[in-house]
Amino acid sequence: MKNNKLEVSAIKDGTVIDHIPAGHLFKVINILKLDSIDNTITFGTNFLSKRLGKKAIIKLSNVFFKDNDINRIALVAPSAKLNIIKDYKVVEKKIVEVPDEIQGIVKCVNPKCITNNEKVTTKFTIEDKKKIKLRCVYCEKITDIEQLDTI
Amino acid sequence: MKHKSLVSITDYSKAEYLKVLEVANDFEKNSYQNLLNGKVVAALFFEPSTRTRLSFESAINRLGGKVIGFSDANTSSVTKGETLYDTIKVVSNYAELIVMRHPLEGSARYASEIAKVPIINAGDGANQHPTQTLLDLYSIYKTQGKLDNLNIYMVGDLKYGRTVHSLLMALSVFNANFYFISPDELKMPKEYKMYLDKIGLKFIEKKDIDDTINEADIIYMTRVQKERFSDPIEYERTKNAYVLKSDMMENCRPSMKVLHPLPRVNEIDIEVDSGPYAYYFEQTENGVYIREAIISLIMGLK
Ligand SMILES: [Zn+2]
Repeated sequence: MKNNKLEVSAIKDGTVIDHIPAGHLFKVINILKLDSIDNTITFGTNFLSKRLGKKAIIKLSNVFFKDNDINRIALVAPSAKLNIIKDYKVVEKKIVEVPDEIQGIVKCVNPKCITNNEKVTTKFTIEDKKKIKLRCVYCEKITDIEQLDTI
Repeated sequence: MKHKSLVSITDYSKAEYLKVLEVANDFEKNSYQNLLNGKVVAALFFEPSTRTRLSFESAINRLGGKVIGFSDANTSSVTKGETLYDTIKVVSNYAELIVMRHPLEGSARYASEIAKVPIINAGDGANQHPTQTLLDLYSIYKTQGKLDNLNIYMVGDLKYGRTVHSLLMALSVFNANFYFISPDELKMPKEYKMYLDKIGLKFIEKKDIDDTINEADIIYMTRVQKERFSDPIEYERTKNAYVLKSDMMENCRPSMKVLHPLPRVNEIDIEVDSGPYAYYFEQTENGVYIREAIISLIMGLK
């Protein structure tokens, strides 16, 4: 049991993001812009998971997300679970929710879309929260989960 | 509608479609009304489309407005690498309304966020061309006397044809029955069929023009272009299956009309032109009244 857990660095205060699909770990890092923060970050990937096959975990010391910010990862990790840690104890658990609208983060799949040809922040409405279908507010084309490419 | 951009056909409600048609009918009776009274309208054609541009210019002139703009990106500052953002920012200082056509999809929506004046989308790539759709609606209304519960027969390239997609969306609020006739490679995209399922409208998909044509109120023809086929042999085999000929329509409803967004290549036999069903040339005339209606409603003059 113990061996299944990422024990390398139990954190005192911060956030643990669990149940990230292993293949999307770097997308999550990218979306949350974790490459540009100074806090201690530990991550592990390819842990066996009954639900996801292989999952990844990220532990962030002294980082606490606003719901709006964390929900941005729902597109690539809809099953992600957050544990908020205070003084080595889990004080709160959160799940992510797919937002109704999403700005930035994702590229429109349509090469003829204005957002891929001029400096325009992408904007999508979420057509289908379960299957993750995004409709570009500009060209109106659907980008779905298989085509999802983060900026 | 006042001061609101028209980018997509779904920007308008059913009540707004009907309002546009009502005002267009008024312009058809009296096309020259000096409502713009010298006001300046910009027509920015980042790609050429002579037909659409002339129709807009005719509408603006009949309303007593002045047109500025360009008919082709090669004659404008765009060739010097100016962004759409800058062009729209600048032009919205010069005009009270911007009509634009642009090869990139979503360009008109983007422009409507930048401009301080309303935008009318005159075509953004393969995406939307709402004034075409409204003139199609007007043509259908004029020839059928109603828009509700009609049998709409769409033929040809239903995959890439933006006009049929927008028309489908517009007619879906009028409880239409759809027939989609196309080669396998050019079928109506799934998302539109799912939408019809969702709102509970019936549609029938077929590969060939057959007897069901006798039930049609409107036959909406589109071009089947060679470059849309991955296999040129498939094109050669199918191209003639989607050509409408007079003898196919012998048992059609007397009130049935054939529409086409034009220009046509060979998909409607010339013989059909002189028969009772052809309506595609009148259809273009309706475009001027529809554009007068849209412009005057957006400018708050009607
Ligand atoms: Zn797009």
